[in-house]
Amino acid sequence: MLEFLHQFPPEISKSNGNHLLVNDKYKYKSMWIRAYSSLWMLASVSLIIYMGHLYIWAMVVIIQIFMASELFNLLRRANQDKRLPKFKLLNWHFFFTAMLYVYGRILSQHLVNTVISDKVFFRLVNNLIKYQMAICYFLYIAGFVWFILSLKKRYYKYQFGQYAWTHMILIVVFTQSAFTVANIFEGIFWFIFPASLIAMNDVGAYFFGFYFGRTPLIKLSPKKTWEGFIGASVATMIAAFTFANFLGRFQWLTCPRKDLSTGWLQCDPDPIFKPESIPLPALVSHWLSWKEIAVLPVQWHALWMGLFASIIAPFGGFFASGFKRAFKIKDFGDSIPGHGGFTDRMDCQMVMAVFVYIYHQSFVAAQDYSVEMVLDQSEAILACGIASSPLGHNIDILKRICNEKYIGVFQYTEPFERVEFLVELASLSCADLPSSMESAIVTDVE
Amino acid sequence: MQKDTSTTAPSTTSGRIRHRKRSNEVIPEVSKANGTQLLVNDKSKYKSMLIRAYSSIWMIGGFILVIYMGHLYITAMVVVIQIFMAKELFNLLRKSHEDRQLPGFRLLNWHFFFTAMLFVYGRILSPRLVNTVTSDMVLYRLVSSLIKYHTVICYSLYIAGFMWFILTLKKKMYKYQFGQYAWTHMILIVVFGQSSFTVASIFEGIFWFLLPATLIVINDIAAYIFGFFFGRTPLIKLSPKKTWEGFIGASVTTIISAFVLADIMGHSKWLTCPRKDLSTGWLHCDPGPLFKPEPYSLPGWIPYWFPWKEISILPVQWHALCLGLFASIIAPFGGFFASGFKRAFKIKDFGDSIPGHGGITDRMDCQMVMAVFAYIYHQSFVVPQSLSVEMILDQILINLTFDEQEALYWRLGEILQQGIQRTS
Repeated sequence: MLEFLHQFPPEISKSNGNHLLVNDKYKYKSMWIRAYSSLWMLASVSLIIYMGHLYIWAMVVIIQIFMASELFNLLRRANQDKRLPKFKLLNWHFFFTAMLYVYGRILSQHLVNTVISDKVFFRLVNNLIKYQMAICYFLYIAGFVWFILSLKKRYYKYQFGQYAWTHMILIVVFTQSAFTVANIFEGIFWFIFPASLIAMNDVGAYFFGFYFGRTPLIKLSPKKTWEGFIGASVATMIAAFTFANFLGRFQWLTCPRKDLSTGWLQCDPDPIFKPESIPLPALVSHWLSWKEIAVLPVQWHALWMGLFASIIAPFGGFFASGFKRAFKIKDFGDSIPGHGGFTDRMDCQMVMAVFVYIYHQSFVAAQDYSVEMVLDQSEAILACGIASSPLGHNIDILKRICNEKYIGVFQYTEPFERVEFLVELASLSCADLPSSMESAIVTDVE
Repeated sequence: MQKDTSTTAPSTTSGRIRHRKRSNEVIPEVSKANGTQLLVNDKSKYKSMLIRAYSSIWMIGGFILVIYMGHLYITAMVVVIQIFMAKELFNLLRKSHEDRQLPGFRLLNWHFFFTAMLFVYGRILSPRLVNTVTSDMVLYRLVSSLIKYHTVICYSLYIAGFMWFILTLKKKMYKYQFGQYAWTHMILIVVFGQSSFTVASIFEGIFWFLLPATLIVINDIAAYIFGFFFGRTPLIKLSPKKTWEGFIGASVTTIISAFVLADIMGHSKWLTCPRKDLSTGWLHCDPGPLFKPEPYSLPGWIPYWFPWKEISILPVQWHALCLGLFASIIAPFGGFFASGFKRAFKIKDFGDSIPGHGGITDRMDCQMVMAVFAYIYHQSFVVPQSLSVEMILDQILINLTFDEQEALYWRLGEILQQGIQRTS
């Protein structure tokens, strides 16, 4: 079956005009192949979602390994590679280093929370995390030195090209997967919702183009049409609004995971997942006989995500198309029948995952960052501190917080009667307050 | 300084006009004959040595002046050096023939450069910026919200550049444009990766910027001098002028001078105090245990006439030994990388801003590797604890209101009181 797919007559890819899906004779057959593999992908992703955060992470890692494999193979030239043994090994060395670095950073707190009950593991994990950056750096430098020592006289240009190519691949693959994994542990919702928006946008664009596509959208992707694009945008935004409501009701999807366990999750749902009643305007309520509807605040965020997914995320697809044209390749790989390789499926997903992470950090998480969360983090660190280092160290931390200019921040933002309260607090908890700061506090009261 | 506008067409392009500028052309015979290349045998070596010495003295003089002026000026110097490096590197693999057909492409490079600069320096300097404007309410609110949305702003700028790139793809130039896009990313990562670490080191204390940089310079100069007088055995095919004698002599010199220089520099408060804000005045601080001298009594085998019975060593000198070891063994690989790169793409120098030395990238190649190492070493082995405290304090500053900060302060006091009772 795969051989058949690669035998598309070459004229189709070159002629720009009569290329639209509406006119394509093969379109029904290719549609069934795509539908079949899409259903399989959907089913397996649903199963993994059901199984939990850790398994989703494992799935992301596997997808990444396949993507990196596809991309590493892409611009390699077979005959030159034969003279350079172990160059493939160098690529995978950098891959492993990047994996250690990225996942070490994201999951270090989760790992600590998992082993917090076991004293031995706790110290071991703590030390690993403390020196994680140094370990990854030394691995990278080892790879760097290895690269330089393996430079061979007539292959300099090829080797440098491959080195740069390796770096670009790893950056692209790991940046987006790092953000994807961070999203997963914030709550499966933040992984599955954007991914399904992209899938819906793709499917919507395909069907709108199938039935209505007339005007080509962009020279890079000749099969895409304006009708498909606009139809899909509208469909995606409506779907985003309703689907967010549906998904937001499941605690399995909305609760963040603080450690690496796999059991069921219980949590107090975040305020953005609590329904709020919105009264409908008089016309609509007259007609529909509902006075008000329950809207989860997350649905408003979902609208923004839908907008991004339909307008900007497709540029990831255009980038991949342009790249394939530039280097004259049809697909990144052939793992998925009808769709190409993993990278072909993930190109828009990658752009979306990064956006969702940044959006979440800036507009969603910032709002519900609470004293509790900071105290949890501080407690974890102080617990580490109490367990593994002398007492004076913890007092130093508090002293630092007292002595730093952050006290200055407290002072200047609110009415000055608070200051006296602060002085009392300071005298209770701080061993000694520097006299300059005390006098500054006192003068402000006056 | 001359603008380097030369282009060299790699040999794989056929049917294109080749432009070659004489100053950048590699004289083929010299690079092939490996044996007769050593500095010891070079006849015109004294003349080139004087040129190099002259520009070295100017560079060192300018550098010392900037160190004296302070953290903010050093950061400015780093930024200026970066801009020149990026310019040299952007120009390097550009083909002027294609570039004429793509107006606005150069502008795209600088757009990405500006975005990277905003992102990198925004992250490093935001706590300091907050500390600088705490006295002014309006400015403080403005700065706080800028910092809160800093990542979003930079991301939007990057996505705008990404979309701009895609919309300017031109039919027969795809490969060239993608190549330039990848090249731009690599340049920006190399330039900003190391310069962000450099700036972070500066604000931790000028010592952590000055000592590594000085060690690299000492290593370079010592390798040159040892090679000048004793160099016989070539070290590596990539850099035919380097010799084993120079390498080993320089290593020993560097490690010894690391130990000594750390002692000298560690006594200066200007160099060892961290800077918490963006002011430029004099610094006072408690130096910290690393910079307090500890006496060591000398072992018995020192002869009786030696005047000192014990020496005082700053603990930081042991760290300096590690820095010196790295500077002499691993940092030169940055230089080999640059040499290999120049050979691969058949260029003599990255630029010609500095007489006798080539371009700014030629001078900075080992410095870049060292700056990254110095920062990572500092974060991992010198101040292991502050990282978490800083992160939390950043988050408190950005995300909590005043009431919440107060509540946090109160609860934190309670936790520590309990901790003290538990362990005592």
